[in-house]
Amino acid sequence: MPELRTEILVIGAGPAGIAAAVSAERAGARALLVDMQAEPGGQIWRGQWARPTLAPARQWLDALRGSPVDARYGLRLVDFAEPGLAVFDTAQGAVRVRCERLVIATGARERQLPFPGWTLPGVFGAGGLQVLVKNGWPVKGRRVVVAGSGPLLLAAAATLRAAGAEIACIAEQRRTRDLARFALSLAPNPGKCLQAAILRTKLAGVPYRRNAWVERADGAGRVESICLRRGARSERIECDALAVGFGLVPNTEIARLLGCALHDGAVVVDEHQHSSVPGVYCAGEICGIGGVDQALVQGEIAGRAAAGAATASFRLNIARSRSAHFARALRDAFVLRDELRNLAGDDTLLCRCENVTFAQVRGCRSQREARLHARLGMGHCQARICGAAGEFLFGWDAEATVRPPLAPSRLSCFTVVRSESTRQESP
Amino acid sequence: MSSEVRLFIDGAEFRVPAGISVAAALRHAGYEATRRAFDASPRAAFCGMGVCFECRVRIDGSERLGCLERVTDDMDIRCDA
Ligand SMILES: Cc1cc2nc3c(=O)[nH]c(=O)nc-3n(C[C@H](O)[C@H](O)[C@H](O)COP(=O)(O)OP(=O)(O)OC[C@H]3O[C@@H](n4cnc5c(N)ncnc54)[C@H](O)[C@@H]3O)c2cc1C
Ligand code: FES
Repeated sequence: MPELRTEILVIGAGPAGIAAAVSAERAGARALLVDMQAEPGGQIWRGQWARPTLAPARQWLDALRGSPVDARYGLRLVDFAEPGLAVFDTAQGAVRVRCERLVIATGARERQLPFPGWTLPGVFGAGGLQVLVKNGWPVKGRRVVVAGSGPLLLAAAATLRAAGAEIACIAEQRRTRDLARFALSLAPNPGKCLQAAILRTKLAGVPYRRNAWVERADGAGRVESICLRRGARSERIECDALAVGFGLVPNTEIARLLGCALHDGAVVVDEHQHSSVPGVYCAGEICGIGGVDQALVQGEIAGRAAAGAATASFRLNIARSRSAHFARALRDAFVLRDELRNLAGDDTLLCRCENVTFAQVRGCRSQREARLHARLGMGHCQARICGAAGEFLFGWDAEATVRPPLAPSRLSCFTVVRSESTRQESP
Repeated sequence: MSSEVRLFIDGAEFRVPAGISVAAALRHAGYEATRRAFDASPRAAFCGMGVCFECRVRIDGSERLGCLERVTDDMDIRCDA
């Protein structure tokens, strides 16, 4: 079984991971950058590796190309055989990486809230359909409803429209008042204002409904229509696809496996992006949702610090506090409304993997109880989808459960862990 | 580099644009659903980013996620994962 060695292992090649690996090399360290996707770029820069169209993507992807960083793709971290020895699942079998220090930059996923029909083919995450389209999913001539909450709905709709989809409408669950406040909070940040203006142009003529959310999706074998609720009114809209998401949640599984302290679902870090575990740095969305600018600046800081060059940089500190301001405004503006807790019926699935319904978990007081009682979260995704839902719907603590391997892995990965190593608990 | 690749889905031959994901290739080939749940209900790609595992298929014999893999020439894709 192949074993690689490196000084700094960077997990996740999104903006944060790329900035960390490039900055670590610039500071004189050896870095290995890995991602489970086929290319670097993370979520926002999908498809930019082959054909960059965004200036910051071009800048950082060129920097990565020109840097001595050892970058490898198609590797998914599933476990640590021992501290400092990471185990990856790949199409060719297991790979191990021995490292001295770690930067975790695994980004965020979308929060999904179950409603009748949400498992039909043609229902996607909002960012989910966006990234599928960036990797060639055809939507030309298709009629798409984009719904849920947060600025990602606008970015997703713009991508889909540019790829030839007809956007039937964008439905944002939040009230007009909060949205206006969010727009105002962008004023001190010219970059964000410009982005907002560009999105408005790209989405000219698309109906934007506030105070509106999808109640159900219907169709035979795939989505054919949805019901959109606005106050007392419910309207049926025909469509070929529904792209729906309720904000983002950090992908903290790896950090939790290593024992990093969390607060509010995000990894706690100091001013050098160092977590509570010695030698483990974290950067980007896993430290709290704040978008690409925050991911880049935190990645630079983490990479330099992991390389031992942790001198304070005025530029980076200013950039970080500006992006933290945006992160707070984002969180305050797009609070999810109570009505979203009542979308599911008794027979709606909460766990898509194990087909566990809402009726089956009624009365359970925690994610753990629902797991033991009804197999909730025991399937392939390991509660990545239903955990974030249960947190909002029932106040369950999704952080409580994380077990290796972090994804269904080949037998070869297990063999390493169980027989070759003297398995120790991570610090 | 050719702008198309030839691959096989459940034994049938297809040509799809080069560089796209396996999930996208399945959609190009007309597949709405790529998996059946325990209750036989149809499922397809959902999160697009390797989180939900709904897009899993067998690629050249091993179970992989269609949204994370790129198409290659002569790839053998089976929707029975
Ligand atoms: C679906 C989606 C679409 C988005 N689209 C936009 C957009 O259009 N515009 C925008 O401004 N923001 C968008 N965002 C917000 C986005 O989170 C940030 O803008 C930015 O991409 C965050 O950078 P990051 O480096 O922290 O994380 P990411 O870009 O998410 O990168 C994390 C990387 O870690 C990898 N990874 C995770 N777990 C593992 C593992 N176990 N092993 C190996 N690799 C792993 C992932 O494959 C991913 O490439 C989107 C978010 C999501 C979830
Ligand atoms: S679509 Fe969710 S894992 Fe591929």
